[in-house]
Amino acid sequence: MGSGEDSDGKRSLPEHLERMRSRVEVGSKVPSNSEGVYYSGAYSSMGVDNSLSVSDLEKRLKVKILEKEKDRIVFELIGIDAPIANTIRRILLSEVPTMAIEKVSFFANSSVIHEEILAHRLGLIPLDVDPNLFDYMEEGAEPSEVNALKFRLKVQCTKVAAVPAEAKPSLKYHNSDVFSSMLEWEPIGEQAEVFGSKPPKPVNDDILIAKLRPGQEIDLEVLAVKGISKDHAKWSPVATAFYRMLPQVELLKSIEGADAIELKDMCPSNCFDIEESGKAVAVRPGQCTMCRECIRHGDWEEKIRLSRVRDHFIFSIESTGAIAPEDLFMRALQVLVDKCGNVVERLTESLDVSSAQARASTNKEHLSHLTRMSTGR
Amino acid sequence: MANSGGEDLCLEVAGDDPSCATIVLRGEDHTMGNAVRYMLARRPGVEFAGYSIPHPSEDRLNIRVQTIAGGESAAEAFGGSVKDLAGVADVIAKSFLGALEEFSTSMKQ
Ligand code: SF4
Repeated sequence: MGSGEDSDGKRSLPEHLERMRSRVEVGSKVPSNSEGVYYSGAYSSMGVDNSLSVSDLEKRLKVKILEKEKDRIVFELIGIDAPIANTIRRILLSEVPTMAIEKVSFFANSSVIHEEILAHRLGLIPLDVDPNLFDYMEEGAEPSEVNALKFRLKVQCTKVAAVPAEAKPSLKYHNSDVFSSMLEWEPIGEQAEVFGSKPPKPVNDDILIAKLRPGQEIDLEVLAVKGISKDHAKWSPVATAFYRMLPQVELLKSIEGADAIELKDMCPSNCFDIEESGKAVAVRPGQCTMCRECIRHGDWEEKIRLSRVRDHFIFSIESTGAIAPEDLFMRALQVLVDKCGNVVERLTESLDVSSAQARASTNKEHLSHLTRMSTGR
Repeated sequence: MANSGGEDLCLEVAGDDPSCATIVLRGEDHTMGNAVRYMLARRPGVEFAGYSIPHPSEDRLNIRVQTIAGGESAAEAFGGSVKDLAGVADVIAKSFLGALEEFSTSMKQ
């Protein structure tokens, strides 16, 4: 059970341990090895170093873009472990800032929707504006050109003359539907020059905010501010951000003839093909959803081995539209770097304080003398 | 809102053994907790690393670090790991930008 040496002279783990380290096994009833081994000295008895250094990672890490659309990106992240991938995912969901409507002043609302519901609906509308151009609005601060955006929504529903009664409401009435496109931007200060040709507006023009009937009106003013989704989900920059680990489908025995056809038909994700020789092959393991249908019946579990690669992530980011998805990933990493810098700063501060306290306590005798002298007691 | 001020990090060291410490962070949650714990666990010289959020309604993240006696102190290991975490983010950012470039050239062809 000795460990071997790989090509660059580094010691490597025996096969079964390497398998345990790098795979999550998916059995028909339970997954196993689901928890990674992260302790740096875990394999020290075998002379294998399990520590992580940034320079090692630089050599090992691979990123490959699989799909890229306007609001969506899918890429592979290979060579990092789940805690890091998960931290990035969590930051994407809740700590990358965006702009969202926060305050609504109603001047008139005779629609059937209550003010608080309407305000909530407005809050959830994604706004197409770069939050990096803004500061956070401090508690109690006045809205200004650097921390807020103002929009006005003023609609009245009226009858259109000479339309038959059985026609659709959208033909019979003006403004029977209130859409996000009706929010009108009102620049504060010099915002008109700053934004120039790209005025802030909702990402989607066709979000239905309310429905009106003749005689009803909505007149309101809103303030959009910068925030993060830890405070409220309306500030989340993503529709969703998730990853899955790369699925692996291995055929342990040769599967031929009727078995091969059974296997191909069994898989709902169409992972298998049958070669000309009649042998089944797992040609599209990436499509496997780990439904485990292929190992559930009879003795199939002895023929097929399902697993996931522990350090290979297929990461998907879907943006709400305000920030491009590839930008979102970069911003999430920047947030992580900033958080780290912030923690290090706080650590140094508190270490300075505690060492000063330690010094102070050794000088206590002197100090108490001095205070006694200066207060005359 | 985004970051809270005040006394937001403190170091609890029981006795005078610098190789064991509990770092108490405020304004952070599992996002930092788990990542830092992971970086600590994979740092040579760290014997134990763990984190907990004792109660969800209390803004408190405990990170426990124990290092091998005679080596790096727990506070140093913690600081080093947090810096390494920023380094990891940097490496990922670099690879990601490279991959984006590669993708756009391959799309042009
Ligand atoms: S687990 Fe499901 S999806 Fe994956 S190969 Fe088996 S049958 Fe197909």
